[in-house]
Amino acid sequence: MYIAASLAILVTMGLALARALSGPTTYDRIAAVNMFGTKTVLLIAVLAFLSGRTDVLDIALVYALINFIGVVAALKLVAQGNFHASDDLESGAEQGEPK
Amino acid sequence: MIDVVINITLLAFLAITSIAIVRMTNLFAIVMLFGIFSLLSAGLFVVMDAPDVAFTEAAVGAGISTVLMLATLALVKRPKEPYYDEAPRTHRAWLPLIVVAVTGTALVYGTWDIPGFGSPDAPSQTHVARYYLEHSMPDTGVPNTVTAVLASYRGFDTLGEVTVIFTAAVAVMLLIGGRRPKPTLKTKDEEAQDEA
Repeated sequence: MYIAASLAILVTMGLALARALSGPTTYDRIAAVNMFGTKTVLLIAVLAFLSGRTDVLDIALVYALINFIGVVAALKLVAQGNFHASDDLESGAEQGEPK
Repeated sequence: MIDVVINITLLAFLAITSIAIVRMTNLFAIVMLFGIFSLLSAGLFVVMDAPDVAFTEAAVGAGISTVLMLATLALVKRPKEPYYDEAPRTHRAWLPLIVVAVTGTALVYGTWDIPGFGSPDAPSQTHVARYYLEHSMPDTGVPNTVTAVLASYRGFDTLGEVTVIFTAAVAVMLLIGGRRPKPTLKTKDEEAQDEA
């Protein structure tokens, strides 16, 4: 059963990779990367049970957290165009055009 | 058996991702593909019984590198221009291709002398590894041998490394970080000139 599950996860990873490669819009790629990270977490979890090393599950947890951080950063960049949400830096300061 | 299938599939994904990264000109998509590349290699490390390396690869490669590269993209962008697109390449780079091919051939040639994966005759298994494998659990009580060596046997060395990284981070933050003064605020002289 674990073998079938891992094969299915590999197929899904391939599909997500195809979407990330061909994705016409930015959001396609972000969703593909997010999904790819989720599939990696699942693959590691299945592998942990397949090989009997359940301590690897901790790594799957770390992957889930990191994947979340990366996707949030990417979405924030796309939504705002920069990483400073505060007012004092959005007035064209870092574009090198002080008024 | 299933390990072999997973290995081959992950390696194929890795090759596809690298070729796509090389061929692509959309910088944002390249950063996204870097994340996928890092996740794939971390998965390979897990399959090859190196969860510590996979840990580091996932944290640094997929997490921090992606955020840093996106931050760089955001900082270097020009306003009112498409800032993710790179100019298309106009010449063919033969010299880098030759250098890469020669280096790759040398590396593949070098792998012929490497002992087999997990071989007990490997030099890394025959010197001090046996001592640590046998003594790390009673000495330190840490179940993972790599963690035991890093954090217990070489604890002061790791502390020194962390101190160096911390010092570098503090220096960088002092030099280029922190809050900048508002450039839109005018000094009193400029206000006087405007009023005049």
